[in-house]
Amino acid sequence: MEDFEKIREAKKKWRDRSQKSQQRNALFQSISGEPVEMLYTPDDVEDTEYLRDLGFPGEYPFTRGVRDNMYRGRLWTMRQFSGFGTAMDSNKRYHFLLECGQTGLSVAFHMPTIMGYDSDHPRALGEVGRCGVAIDSLEDMEVLFDRIPLDKVSTSMTINAPAAILLAFYICVAEKQGVSSQKISGTIQNDILKEYIAQKSWIFPPEPSLRIITDIMAFCSEHVPRWNTISISGYHIREAGSTAAQELAFTLADGFAYVEAGIKTGLDVDTFAPRLSFFFNSHLDFFEEIAKYRAARRIWARVMKEKYGAKKRESLLMRFHTQTAGCSLTAQQPENNIVRTAYQALAAVLGGTQSLHTNSMDETLALPSEKAVQVALRTQQIIAFETGVTDAIDPLAGSYYVESMTNRIEKKAGEYFEKIEKMGGVIKAIEKGYLQKEISDAAYRYQREIERRQRIIVGVNEYLMENEKIEIPILAIDPEVERVQVARVKALRAKRDSGLVKSRLEALKKAAEGKDNLMPHIIEASRAYATLGEMIEVLKAVFGEYKEIPIF
Amino acid sequence: MERKVRVLVAKPGLDGHDRGAKVVASALRDAGMEVIYTGLHQTPEMIVEAAVQEDVDVIGLSVLSGAHMTLFPRVIELLKEKGVDDVLIVGGGIIPQRDVDELVKLGVARIFRPGARTVEIAEYLKEWFKCSSRASI
Repeated sequence: MEDFEKIREAKKKWRDRSQKSQQRNALFQSISGEPVEMLYTPDDVEDTEYLRDLGFPGEYPFTRGVRDNMYRGRLWTMRQFSGFGTAMDSNKRYHFLLECGQTGLSVAFHMPTIMGYDSDHPRALGEVGRCGVAIDSLEDMEVLFDRIPLDKVSTSMTINAPAAILLAFYICVAEKQGVSSQKISGTIQNDILKEYIAQKSWIFPPEPSLRIITDIMAFCSEHVPRWNTISISGYHIREAGSTAAQELAFTLADGFAYVEAGIKTGLDVDTFAPRLSFFFNSHLDFFEEIAKYRAARRIWARVMKEKYGAKKRESLLMRFHTQTAGCSLTAQQPENNIVRTAYQALAAVLGGTQSLHTNSMDETLALPSEKAVQVALRTQQIIAFETGVTDAIDPLAGSYYVESMTNRIEKKAGEYFEKIEKMGGVIKAIEKGYLQKEISDAAYRYQREIERRQRIIVGVNEYLMENEKIEIPILAIDPEVERVQVARVKALRAKRDSGLVKSRLEALKKAAEGKDNLMPHIIEASRAYATLGEMIEVLKAVFGEYKEIPIF
Repeated sequence: MERKVRVLVAKPGLDGHDRGAKVVASALRDAGMEVIYTGLHQTPEMIVEAAVQEDVDVIGLSVLSGAHMTLFPRVIELLKEKGVDDVLIVGGGIIPQRDVDELVKLGVARIFRPGARTVEIAEYLKEWFKCSSRASI
C-alpha cells in the first residue's frame, strides 16, 4: 500500500529542487487544451481502485478492453474507407484492397447519394463520383460487390440519412448471391444526431429521422442479427474541431439518446444495445487519445448498466472503429502524413480498437491513390506483426499519466453530460446550437494557436519548403464518370417495370405516413429498382426537410 | 472614414464541411469586416442572390467535395449575367494546383489552400479593398 502523503511530500521537494531547470517555450497542453503536468506519480491516481475502475479485459467495466483475449485472440479489422467514380471503379479498388490484406470493406458514397439525390438530379451536377462512389440503385450496388462474397466479408457503409436504403440494397445483393440476411455482417453509420452536430449531411428533421433509425433497429434485431445498426460517431465531431473531451462526451450523449429512443418505442434495451457500435477519431496527442478510448469503455458500461438497466453483457460493450485524424494531415510535404497516421494508428491499437482505418498520405490533395492506400494498410500490418504491442492487453494500464488522463477526461465528459441534460437532452442542445458552437469555438481557438505559433505543425508553420513540388501520384476523377453514371440511371428508369416501381413507392409513402416499419417497404422498392433519389423524394414529401440556422 | 469590408462566406454544392468556412468567417469578423455566412448546401443561384442582396465586396467560396470546377465557374457566370463586375472572388478548400490555375484564368482572384493563415486572408482582402472601386461606394 503506497503512502500517498509521503509521495506528495517527496514530490514537492523534487519540484523545489528542479525549479531551476528551464522549460521550453511551449504550451504543454494537450491538443485539446488540457494542461499536462511535467510528471505523474502514484498520488495522481490515489482514488483509483484496480478491481472497481479497471478490472479485467472482457469484464465490467471493460476499461481494459471489450474481449478477454483482445488481439491475442483476433486482431482488429483492417478496414479502409474507400469509394470513388462508378461502382465498377470502386469494385476494382475493393479487390485491390482485399488483395493487399485488408480484412473488411468500408464504402464511401459520393455526395449526391449521401444527400439523397440521383446522379442525374440538378443538384448532383459536378459532384458525381468525386468524393465517393455513385450509387443510385440496386443495379449499381450489384456491380459494387461483384465477386465479393457477402457471407465471408463484412462491410461498413458510411451513410446516414439514406442508410435504410443502402442497407436494403445490400440485403438484396446478398440475396442474389444466395446469402440470407441472417448471415450478413456489417455496419451502417446511421447516426443522424452527429449529422446535425458535425457532418452536416442531413435530409429529414430529427423526429422522423429517429423513427427511421428505430425501424432499422427493430428490423435488424429480427432479420439481420449480425448487423451493427448504428456507428455512433465522434470522428466527425473531432474533425469539425472539437476537443477530445467534447468528442467523447457528445458521442456518448448521442449514444444514450439512441438508447432512450429505442426504449421509448417499446424495445427492450437488451434486444438492440448489443448491436450499437461506435466510431472514434485518433488524433495526434498520443496519450490523450488512449485515455479517451479507455474512459469511453468505462463510461458506456457503467451508464448502460446503472441508468438503463441493461442486463446482457453484450449491451455494455463499447465496441469501436477508429479512423486516424484527417484534419491533422497537411497538404505541404504530404509524405510526412505517413508518419502522423502511423502514430495515430498506434494510439488506436494501444486504446483497444476493434477496427481501424488509416488515412493515406495524399488525402489533403485528393482521394487515395493505390500507392498511398497500400502504405496506409502496411502501416497497420507493421503495427500488428512487427511492433509487439498486440501481445499484452492494454499495455499502458497502470501508467500514472494514462490512468490520470483517463480519469480526467471521464470527469470532463460527465460535466458535459450534465450540461446537456440541463438543456433537455441532445436534440434540445442541437436546437440551441450549443454543441455546434462548442465545436466551432474549439476549432477557432486551435487555429489561433497555430497562427500564433503556439502549436507547431511541421511543414506548415515551421520547417517549410520553398517552391515545393508534389512528387506523389494524385488521383483524378474523370469528368466522364458523371456522363456515364447519368446515362446509366436514365437507362435503368427506361428498362425497369415502371408500374411496379410506382406501386412500391406508393406503399412506401403509406408506410411513412403511418406507423409501419419502413424497412420491408424500402426493400420491396429496391428489388423493383426504384432509385435512391425516388425513395428519398417520397420520404421528403412526408417527413419534410431539415434546415440549419447557420451560426459562427 | 473607411467603411467595413463586406464579405459573403458561402458553401456551394452538397459539401457539408464547414469548419474552414466558419473559422475564416470568425477571423474576418475579428479583423473588423462585416461577414455574412450563407450556411450549407447553397446553389450558385442562391449565393449570387445573397451577394447582390447584401451588396457585398467579396465572395468567398469554400468547396471540399471536388465539385469546384463546376461550382466556381457557375457562380462567376451568374455574376456576369447580373452585371456584377466589381466584386472580388476568392476561394478555399480541397483544390489541386492545376485547378487553381484554371480558376484564376476564369476570374477567381485567389485560392487559399490547406495551411493558409486567416491573418493572411484578412490582410489580402483589406489590401484589395483599399485599391478597389468599391471602396468609394
